[in-house]
Amino acid sequence: MNAALLVILFFLVLCIWLGLQARKGKDMNMEQWSVGGRGFGSILLFFLLAGEMFTTYTFLGASGGTYRSGIPTALYAFNCFYFVIAYWLLPPVWKYAKKHNVLSQSDFYEKKYNSPALGVLVAIISVIAIIPYLVMQLKGLGIIVSQASYGSISPNMAIVVGVIAITIYVTVSGMHGAAWTAIIKDILILAVVVFMGFYFPFHYYGGIQPMFEAINTAKSGFLLFPEQGLSISWFVSATIMTALGFYMFPHMLAGVFTAKSAKSLRVNAGVMPIYQIIIVFSLLIGFSAIIQVPNLNGTDADLALFKMAKMSFDPWFVGVIGAAGAMAALIPSSLILTATATLLSKNIYKVWKPNTTDQQLVKLSKMLVPVIALVGLYFSFNGGNSVLTLYLMSYSFMVQLFPALFFSLWKRNPVTVQGAFAGMIVSIMIVAYSTITEMSVATLFPSFPNVIKDLDLGLAVLMINIAVTLGVSVVTKKSAARVDDDTTISNLV
Amino acid sequence: MKKVFLLTLIPALGSLFVINRVEPYVLGLPFVLFWAICWVGLTSLFLIIANKLDPANKEEEEL
Repeated sequence: MNAALLVILFFLVLCIWLGLQARKGKDMNMEQWSVGGRGFGSILLFFLLAGEMFTTYTFLGASGGTYRSGIPTALYAFNCFYFVIAYWLLPPVWKYAKKHNVLSQSDFYEKKYNSPALGVLVAIISVIAIIPYLVMQLKGLGIIVSQASYGSISPNMAIVVGVIAITIYVTVSGMHGAAWTAIIKDILILAVVVFMGFYFPFHYYGGIQPMFEAINTAKSGFLLFPEQGLSISWFVSATIMTALGFYMFPHMLAGVFTAKSAKSLRVNAGVMPIYQIIIVFSLLIGFSAIIQVPNLNGTDADLALFKMAKMSFDPWFVGVIGAAGAMAALIPSSLILTATATLLSKNIYKVWKPNTTDQQLVKLSKMLVPVIALVGLYFSFNGGNSVLTLYLMSYSFMVQLFPALFFSLWKRNPVTVQGAFAGMIVSIMIVAYSTITEMSVATLFPSFPNVIKDLDLGLAVLMINIAVTLGVSVVTKKSAARVDDDTTISNLV
Repeated sequence: MKKVFLLTLIPALGSLFVINRVEPYVLGLPFVLFWAICWVGLTSLFLIIANKLDPANKEEEEL
């Protein structure tokens, strides 16, 4: 057993211990388990939501993406648009959730539209979109731990151990476990990524500017947006699409519901961008690898960070990096497990068996955690490329839930249940079809200018979705009812 | 409310506005990257000011 492995094990045990501690003094009813009793103040909320943004993507994806395609993916990595959306969208959603005791994302749709069937549809779409997301985290975990342990632990072994660990503390502590482990994870990631982001450019190039100058000479055009492909048009549309889809994920909304007040969500929106600065260091790591470890092709680009770390540091420090990366995968996975279990028990099972008590619901949710974890494991081992396809689809899927939520916050909701159903079903089918057939705006309209051809497909389908939703709503308007006033997006609309 | 809305609109538009050039380097970073990072800080600043001025915070306390 080497030093790196010991360090990773130490942090894993610490993680489980903290997760189990978190439940002390709490009576675990459904509200405590799924949304932390809605009692998380600004600081804990900050770590929980920020923890959700810093996943294996921050660790492997941002540095790997930068290594692969330079500036376009680097700029895409910090999305300021998220926070402006968060500022306006989350407080009214939270207020409604608090008032009507909403525990999951599907609950919100079910209660707003007074339709359990819509809740079920939303729950099904979300589960389909979220499982690949879980699988990608688990695969990332496997890569990180096997790399950091110098191959002494296989990726599959690492995934199994990780899944057992989160299953234990999620089952026991639910949302409370996730919040407390998120804090150590963030401190560790911050320290490790900032250190490497400074160390590599100075050690290998003598500074940050010399590094960029070297890259600019070696690969001309790499530090600019290209005319087509990953162009500025792609950047703008993909940024908007991701920001709109981001908060639709069930585990993100569940995180939002843990807030103590609407104000803590607004404060959070203002502070979170500062946290994004960490990603800059992850990008610097990716840039520094371009000349030092050339010729990593395809998915190997995601190993850029570990290749750099292993040729520069002692094994014990590689272990610390591995531990930080492993937690970056485990925390989001634990949130996903909690949110998915809540969806399945509350929004599908309870609709089918309405007289289930709260006590039975908690028990069922807890029993579902290992089941969902096993499904995640199965796809991690057997999914192959189809998982990647599904993953690309998951944001485009989730963003299609945006119109029904957004319009429901208006003083007079112009959307009817039928409209919401039609919009979701039509757009989901287009996204699924186009992902499977690898269709894009460019293949549909090859003669259009690049500005249009590079548009993100999810955003294009969102436009169709809005048109269908509103169109069907106008036709079915008669039965539409007024919603109560104090949970609308204020005087804006 | 109008003023608060405009305050948040500035970072929404500004962060999507790309200046696609490498030179001049600022703080060692290519200009396109430096500009984007600036907007991360500015987004934070604008949202914090907006929150200070937002009448919604007062109204909620009275509830």
